[in-house]
Parts: sequence; structure tokens; C-alpha cells
Amino acid sequence: MKKEIGVTFIFLSIIALLAGLLFGSLSAFQFVFPGLFDALPFFKNRPLHVSLVVSWIFLSVLGGIYYYLPKYCGLPLFSKKMATLHFWLFFITGLLILTSYFLGKFGGREYWEFPPVLAIPILISWLLLLINFFKTVLKKVGQWPVYLWMWATGICFFLFTFTEAYLWVLPYFRNNLIRDLTVQWKAYGALVGSWNMLVYGTAIFVMERIKGDESIAKSGLAFWMYFLGLTNLLFGWAHHIYIVPTAPWIRYISYGISMTELLILAKIIWNWKSALQHEKKDFYFLPYRFIIASDCWIFINIVLAILISIPAINVFTHGTHITVAHAMGSTIGINTMILLSSVLFIIDDVTKHQFSATEKNTIRTGFWITNFSLLIFWVSLVAAGAEKGVLIVENQLTFQAIMQKINPYLVAFACSGLGIFLGLLMVSVHPLLIIMRYFKTKKA
Amino acid sequence: MSTRLKRLVFWSLFLLFVIDAAVIYTLGTENDSGKGFLSEEAKEGKLLFQKYNCISCHQIYGLGGYMGPDLTNVMSTSGKGELYVKSFIQNGTQRMPDFQLNEKEINALTEYLRYVDKTGISPVINFEIEYDGTITQKSNQ
Repeated sequence: MKKEIGVTFIFLSIIALLAGLLFGSLSAFQFVFPGLFDALPFFKNRPLHVSLVVSWIFLSVLGGIYYYLPKYCGLPLFSKKMATLHFWLFFITGLLILTSYFLGKFGGREYWEFPPVLAIPILISWLLLLINFFKTVLKKVGQWPVYLWMWATGICFFLFTFTEAYLWVLPYFRNNLIRDLTVQWKAYGALVGSWNMLVYGTAIFVMERIKGDESIAKSGLAFWMYFLGLTNLLFGWAHHIYIVPTAPWIRYISYGISMTELLILAKIIWNWKSALQHEKKDFYFLPYRFIIASDCWIFINIVLAILISIPAINVFTHGTHITVAHAMGSTIGINTMILLSSVLFIIDDVTKHQFSATEKNTIRTGFWITNFSLLIFWVSLVAAGAEKGVLIVENQLTFQAIMQKINPYLVAFACSGLGIFLGLLMVSVHPLLIIMRYFKTKKA
Repeated sequence: MSTRLKRLVFWSLFLLFVIDAAVIYTLGTENDSGKGFLSEEAKEGKLLFQKYNCISCHQIYGLGGYMGPDLTNVMSTSGKGELYVKSFIQNGTQRMPDFQLNEKEINALTEYLRYVDKTGISPVINFEIEYDGTITQKSNQ
């Protein structure tokens, strides 16, 4: 019997997550203790961390899509070979990117620092996904549930925004800093929006399955919220560039739209949670717990997101650790919690593995360590950012003086980052072993 | 919500997005007050800035890493300037490695930072807060 391609994606995603956390923890300590572990300096470590955790998000979400479409949506993949080719392209390109970072070969831009030529196989792999996805889902008769719209939107807009992020290779964009920065952050803002579409689509899918009620993903409310989310994806990115001297209307549009996307998902989850029967919560105990954690993080992050989208506050928070707190709160607290829920759902489904009491305890302890550490991590970053913002604007201190003042917060940030690594290691070690055992039985 | 209405809303948003992108690519970003300082050397410096991944630690307009300072106005800040920048690049610090750059590369990077400096102000220190939560920026001097 052949392995499920979706599970292979999931397996690699967990490895990417753990490796990404390892490099992230090391980067955090290098931030506080400059010169630590010189063999892999911060400027190499940071892109390693970012690329691996971004890979975790994409691999786990795509693994879910490849698994859910044939298994639950009654839509056999148009081409399994294309999905396998997608996996290998992702894997080989990933290895090349990591190698380039280890060797210090850059040439790209923030978040895509690798030599630009490596963007070509990434683009091809997403084109393969696009063709395979649409050839698969267009066979569906009747009304599409909202998660199919969200996945379709996420895939299409990833391709668009990823291409847009490379417009800098053209001199027309590259040789005007204002245009270059604006287009770069327009692309990045929408790119994050596109992966949020993929992740939130997955969340709605998992909730629908746990609840056993397909109407949740076909309701008018779900679609209006999807369209509000899409509006945010398309137009709500300019808070990144409030201080860049562009035409003022670019800032006003973004400010007006603001970030309502998380509020939208919170509403859906809240409705779902209150309507869920106790028996189902118990049956899907682990996936349920992670979805609820993401719900809490949505509320925490939405307050911050709305605040930093107000220009009068943004002027203090921009370029400070508050931006990092928002990014980390979203990627760990929301996206990772949702994706772990999906990963546990798939593992449970595909292996029929009954988690032992010890395994459940390890995952449960890891869950609490992760969330508690993330709270300290988030608060430390917000405190460091707030103090830095005030020290820059009000006191106009030098960079060195500011770094000295905020150092205690950064120590707490680095230590709690290690806690997140430990917690997520405890959460993911058993799922990883279960998948390995599953692969062995498939080989036998 | 009917499928027809969903398609209508989706394609309307998409059309607005295309128009928005087209205007941003052109009119919305045409003002570059540093244009006169964008020499061939500065263009080369920009690519070197990427080659050595300077953005992982430094910021331009508050965008980038937090290990080092924002470099937007490093060339015109009192007590800093060209010699200051060159000295840092040549020698490194405890936080910043010495990248062993040659003179041509150092000059190109400095010219790029000179161009960046002329494009605007970051961080914004002098501003007025308006009634609607927006700000009006003033010169930092």
C-alpha cells in the first residue's frame, strides 16, 4: 500500500517546526548575548528560523488539504503524481535554501533571503498545486463549503503575492526606494493574508468535522466573514508602511479597513464552541484543545492588531518588538495551534492510534508549557517594544542606550522562547513517532 | 448566499484589487525625493545590502531586524555620517560581524545609505496627532 501524500507533508512539517524552533531559540539568545555561538551568527540563524517555521505552516496546511480532499470531501486528487512531485520540489528547494543560508549565500530580501533563482522552483511547485487543486475541486457538484473557497483563495493569492514580492528584480521597482518598499510590504501583507486563508480554512474544516455539522461551513455568516477576510487580505496591509512617504490615501484605506479578519474567525469559533456537545469534545479531546487555545490567542492578538493599525499608536510601535509580538502571537498562538489541531486530527484518523495515558499526558503538559511560555514571550516583547517606542520618540535615546534599558525584557523573551521549544517538542514527539511507525507498516 | 452573489462579490473585490495595485505601482509611489542621489554606485550598494543580508539585523523605515539600529537617516544624524558608517562596516562590533568588505563595496553601501537618507524620515519623532487618530509628520530637525 502507498503512503498518503498528505501524511508525508505532515511528517516533514513537524520536523521543520522543531528545527525552526531550535534555530529560533538560538537566535533569541544571540540577540541577548551577542557573540554567542559565532559558528552560526545571527544573520544566518534568523533566516533559517523564519524559513523553517514558514515551511511548517505551508507543509502542514498543504498536507491537510491533500489529505482532506479525497478522504472527506469526496474529491479524489486529480493527480497523485503531481502531488508527489510537489512534495519533492518543496523538499529539494528547501534543502537548497537551507544550504545557502548555512553558507551565507543571500541575495534576496527579508523573509526570502535566499538567492532569487531559488524562487523559480517554489513558483513551479505552487503552480503544480494550483492545477492539481482546481482540477480536483472543480469536479464538485453543488455549493462549495467556505473552506474550499478559502483554500482556493489562499493558493491563488500566494502565487500572485509571491510573484509580486519579486518585482524588485525589475529596475522600475528596484530603483525607487519608496515604490520598492511599498510593493514589497504590499506583497508581504497579502502573502500573510493568503496563508491565513489556508490556515483558517483548515480550522473551519476541522471544526466542522469535530462538530459533525456541515452547515457550519455553508452558512451565509461564514461567507460574509470570508469576504471580510478577503478584503483585509487585499487592502489591509499598509500599517507596515505608515511612515514610508507614499501617497496618503494608501495609508487611509488600510487604516479604514484595519484588521477585522481575526475577529471574524473568533466569531465562527465562538459560535461553534458554544454549540458543541460534550461527547464530541471528549472524543476529539486533543484537536479540540488546540482549537480553543487558538481562540484565546485570537482575542489577545486582535486587541494588539487593532491598536497598532491606528497611526497615532503605530508611530510608537512601528519598528519595535511589538511588531514581533504580533507576528509571534499570530504564528504560534493562532496558526500553530490550529495546525497542530489538524495534525492530531489526521494522525488519529489515518493511523487509528489510541493515545495512551502517558502520551496524552506528555501532549497535555507540552500544551500548557507552550501556552504559558508564549504568554511570557508575548508580554516581554510588548513591554520591550512599548519601552523602546517611548524611548525613541519621547527621550530620543541612542540605540545602544535603548538596548541596555530593554535587556531584562529580552532575557525573559529568550528564556520563554526556550519554553515554547520544549513545550512544542513535547506536543510533537509522539505524533512524529506515530507517523514513523505508520510509514514502517506501509513499507512492510 | 447564492453562488452567483458570491462570485459577484469575489470578482468585484478582485477588480478593485487590480486597480489598487496598478495605482500603487505608478502614481501612489512616484514621489522619490532621493532620486537625485541614486547613482550607479548606490544601485550597486542596494544589491550588496541584500547580498550580505544586512536587513536581518538593521531596519530601513523601521522594517527589518532589531539586532542593530535603523539606518534610514544614519548618514545625516548628528554625530554619525559617512565616516561613522564606514568605520562600523570596516571593523564590525560585538553585535555586528566584520564582513571583510573591500573599499569599493564599502563605498557602494555608503552611497546607497546616502540615497536612502534623502528619501524620508525614520523613526518619526516630530508629529502631531489628529482627531481621527492619524498623524501629521514634521521635520525631525
